[in-house]
Formats: sequence, structure tokens, C-alpha cells
Amino acid sequence: MTAVLSVRGLDKRFGAVVAADALSLDITAGHKVSLIGANGAGKTTFVNMVTGYLKPDSGSIALDGVDIAKLSPRNVARLGISRSFQIPQLFIELTAAENLAVAISGAGKQTLSFHSPAEAHGRHVKAVELLARFGLADQADRPISELAGGVRKLVDIAMALVRRPKLLLLDEPTSGVSAEEKFATMDRVIHAVAPDAATIVFVEHDMEIVNRYADRVVAFYQGRILADGDPHVVLKDPDVRRYVTGSAR
Amino acid sequence: MKQGLHPVVMIALVVAATLFGRVLPTWTLSLATVAASNALIALGIVVLARTGNVSFGQGLFYAAGGYGVALIANAWGITDAAAQMIIGAVCSGLLGFVVGPLIARYSGIFFGMLTLALSMVFYGALVKTSALGGSDGFNVGRPSLFGMVFTDPREADFMLYAVSVVTTGLAGIAATILFRSELGLASLAVRENNLRVEYLGISANRVITINFVVAAIFAGASGAFALMAQRHIDPQFAYWTTSGEFVFVAVLAGYQSVAAVFVASLALELVRSFSNLYLPNTWQLVLGVFLLGVILFLPRGIGSLWVRERRKRIEPETAAPVAAEKGVVL
Repeated sequence: MTAVLSVRGLDKRFGAVVAADALSLDITAGHKVSLIGANGAGKTTFVNMVTGYLKPDSGSIALDGVDIAKLSPRNVARLGISRSFQIPQLFIELTAAENLAVAISGAGKQTLSFHSPAEAHGRHVKAVELLARFGLADQADRPISELAGGVRKLVDIAMALVRRPKLLLLDEPTSGVSAEEKFATMDRVIHAVAPDAATIVFVEHDMEIVNRYADRVVAFYQGRILADGDPHVVLKDPDVRRYVTGSAR
Repeated sequence: MKQGLHPVVMIALVVAATLFGRVLPTWTLSLATVAASNALIALGIVVLARTGNVSFGQGLFYAAGGYGVALIANAWGITDAAAQMIIGAVCSGLLGFVVGPLIARYSGIFFGMLTLALSMVFYGALVKTSALGGSDGFNVGRPSLFGMVFTDPREADFMLYAVSVVTTGLAGIAATILFRSELGLASLAVRENNLRVEYLGISANRVITINFVVAAIFAGASGAFALMAQRHIDPQFAYWTTSGEFVFVAVLAGYQSVAAVFVASLALELVRSFSNLYLPNTWQLVLGVFLLGVILFLPRGIGSLWVRERRKRIEPETAAPVAAEKGVVL
């Protein structure tokens, strides 16, 4: 299997804080990779660098062999990396379908039209179809401001899917979801993204979710990779148990 | 997505408004001309405001359009009102094309202050330029239309009214189409979260720049109308109080409706005229109270009177249980 994402020697410092320390990592096509680590371990910094929001101090990031380390989030998205956010980043005065319509317009080959209606039939159908995958078709015409946090999270992920990304990064997809609903929500996410995103990287703090859905786990600690491999192995690693999951005694 | 009037209906309304000028008394005709002209530039401010940025310096483009027309008209003897309107729009559009990409990188108060600063720099330059008449400005000739010269004041006023109403009406139709378009929706998205827009592969700066250029074009055409109405231009066109007046109209209108801009502009001119007539010493106070009243009771502008709030479109009590059934945390 070939690596969709290849990261080599990635460094990032914020003053005295080391957020990434010579990180090297390959993400193979078709895998579901979970990034775990305590707060401040460097997971979100890694996601921000891969998506172009932060520029690394040194090192390379390649998507299908193309260096993307210096590209803007816009250009990274155009090349095939999409993300969702821990706190959903939506346009709250617009409806769910309109949010999707903006994403669909952005995914078009041409520049934004001055005259073509934003919710032209094709775009609206596609927006509702995407929402339907998440069980949200009946929420399409409701403004985001009226939707609950869990629903917003799903709309946020649906927007990231519009480009049919080569790599989908999900930042804590079940945060804010109750313990009773977390598996149902994650089942829905995995099922919904399957047709459009073969490779998924998700940041997660819930080890039950990690154990159940990831086929590879990368544990971060102080900007370095502490362990990398099969979930059953990594989650039993003494260092991971001591520094990440906090369950070693 | 809310549906508005069909463009054909809007064209019919513009024709009706133009013909209505035939029965209006003369004093109302000039008031309506000023209202239409001000509505045009305020419409540009509303177009820009949909990206979340307010220009406090539209006087820059208003003056650029006016001076551009005046200089070209005097140099080449162009008196045609339609041609002058186009020249004003082109002059300011070109200026907007230069300024827009530079200023689109800023947002909020920085954006507003930069536009204000640029307009005041232009004002200062005009005052100091004796070749352009300095602070006194200079005069231009009476406008014509398609070779017709209007010597009767009533006919001249009607001609100007007709050209300004048709232009402002067509600009309103264009703005309505723009508001409903992909670019229009993306503008609202930029207003709310420009970083997310970038993550969707859309250039927020480009969206702002396009809206900025559209606003500049409208301002330039408006400046041309003001020049034609006064047959005189001076640096006051670029002064900050002039810009503030247009923002005043935009605030009254809100950003949800194109029609609201025309209503707000007309309402402002009516309040100004009547308060000036009956309360000549305190008319500014009346104007201020009028604005305060609109802000207090219609914080989203006059347009919110007929643009239904989105939250009222679907009753929350019917939608909430649906989400609960879907197993989503509420």
C-alpha cells in the first residue's frame, strides 16, 4: 500500500514549547488512523500543519508525493485534504443545506458564479443527499444556530466530505457527544464517510472509540511519537499507559 | 433559500417607477433623484457589508467617479448622462480594482478605518490640487441624453430622475441576482467565518475584493449622478461626513434586502426634507432620533420588516424531537 501522506522531520516550536519534534510519519491509503495524546502533546499542531494553517519550522509534508508544507489551507484543501474541527466551524446564520452549498461551490472546478443561484437544483440535491447520509435530511432547511452541538458536528464533517478528499482529518469527532451516543454517532460517521474518504485520521481522547474504530494508533507525547502501530499493541504499551491514557499503575 | 421577485417583475417595477416620475411634483422629482443616487452607493455598501466589512470611506469612489466624469466631460465635451454614468462607474471600478486586493486582507475596524483613511487622503490631495479647483472645485455643463438637450428645467429634472432610477433599479436587480448566487452565499459565509471558507478551498480575499469592486462601481455611478444634479464638483464629495451619510442609509436598510436600501434612502430624504422644512434649527436632532428609533426597534434594518427571520421558518417545537430521535445530543 502506498502512503497518501508522508511527513518527514517535522519541527514546530512556540517559544520554549516544542509542539513537533522531528516528527516522521506515513499514512497509508485506506487506513483509519487515530492520533492520541494528552493535551499539549502536539496532535492538533500536527493537524494544523498538515492542513496548512501552521507552517512547520522545518521538515516536509507530502500528499501523494507533492510537497504541501508551504501551501495555504485553501490550496491544501484543493489538493485533497479536508478536515473537521473539534468545535464545529459553521456558518451559523445559514441553514445546514446552505452550509453544504458553500462547500459544494468551493469544490467546483470554476470560480464562484455571479449569477448561478447558490442552491441551484443540483447543488441542493447533493447537499440534502450528503446530509441524508448522516441522518440529517430533515434538518437541511434549519439554520445552524437552531441545531444542537452533536448535529453541528455531523454537518461539519459532511462539509469536509464534499471534496471527496484523499485524506480526511477529524478532530475529536465524538467530543460533546454523550457516552450513550458516542458509538452510534461514530458508526454513523464511519458509514457516511466511507464512500468519499478512504483514508481517515482522527484525533480522539476516548480509548474505547480508538480501540473500536482505528486500525492504527499514533501516540503523541511532547511533540514526538511515543508509539505507533496496532491499537491492541499501542494501547497496552507501558509508556502510552503512563503518559497518554494515564492507566498505568 | 428564500425566493424573491423574479427579475422580469423587478424590471417592470423599475419601468413603473420611472414613468411615475411624470406625475411627481418637481420638488419631489429632485428629492427622488437624490434618494435613488444615494441608494445606489448605499447598495454598494450593503453588498460589501455582506462579507462582514463596512466601508467608512465610500466617498473615495464617489469623488473618484465624480471627478473622473467632470474631467473627461470638460476635456472631451461628453455631456451624455448615460455615458457620464458609465465613465463614473468605470473610473471608480478601476480604482476599486487597485485598492480592493490590498485592503481585503484586513477586516473589521481595521478595514473600516483604512477605507476612511484612504478617502481622507484623497480629500486632502483634492483640496491641495489647484488644477482641480482646490477646495472650491469646478463646474461642468448641463447633461444631455442620446443627443437630446433639455432646456426646460422640469424635463431636465425628469431626465436625470429617469436615468438615475433606471440605473439604480438595474443595479438593484444585479445585486439581487448577486445575493442569490454562489458568490452571494459565499459572501455571507465569509462574514461569519472566513477561515472555514478558506478550508473549503474558496479564497475569502477574492470574495471580499469582488464585492469591494462592485461597491466601488456603484459609488462611481452615484458620484456621476451627484455631479450631473449639481453641475459642480468639489472635495466635499470625498469628505468623511459624505461617506457617513451613505453608511447611515446602509444601516437603516440592513443587509438582507435590496429593496430596503431604496426604501431607507427615500425615507431618509423625506425625513431630512420635512424636518428641515418644519424644524429648520433642529432637523439634525430629528434625523438622529429617527436613526436611533430604527436601530432600537429594527436592529437588522428596515429590510427585516419583510424578510422573515430564518428562525421563524420552522417551528422549533416540531424540529427538536426529530433530532432527538436521530440519537443526537440536544
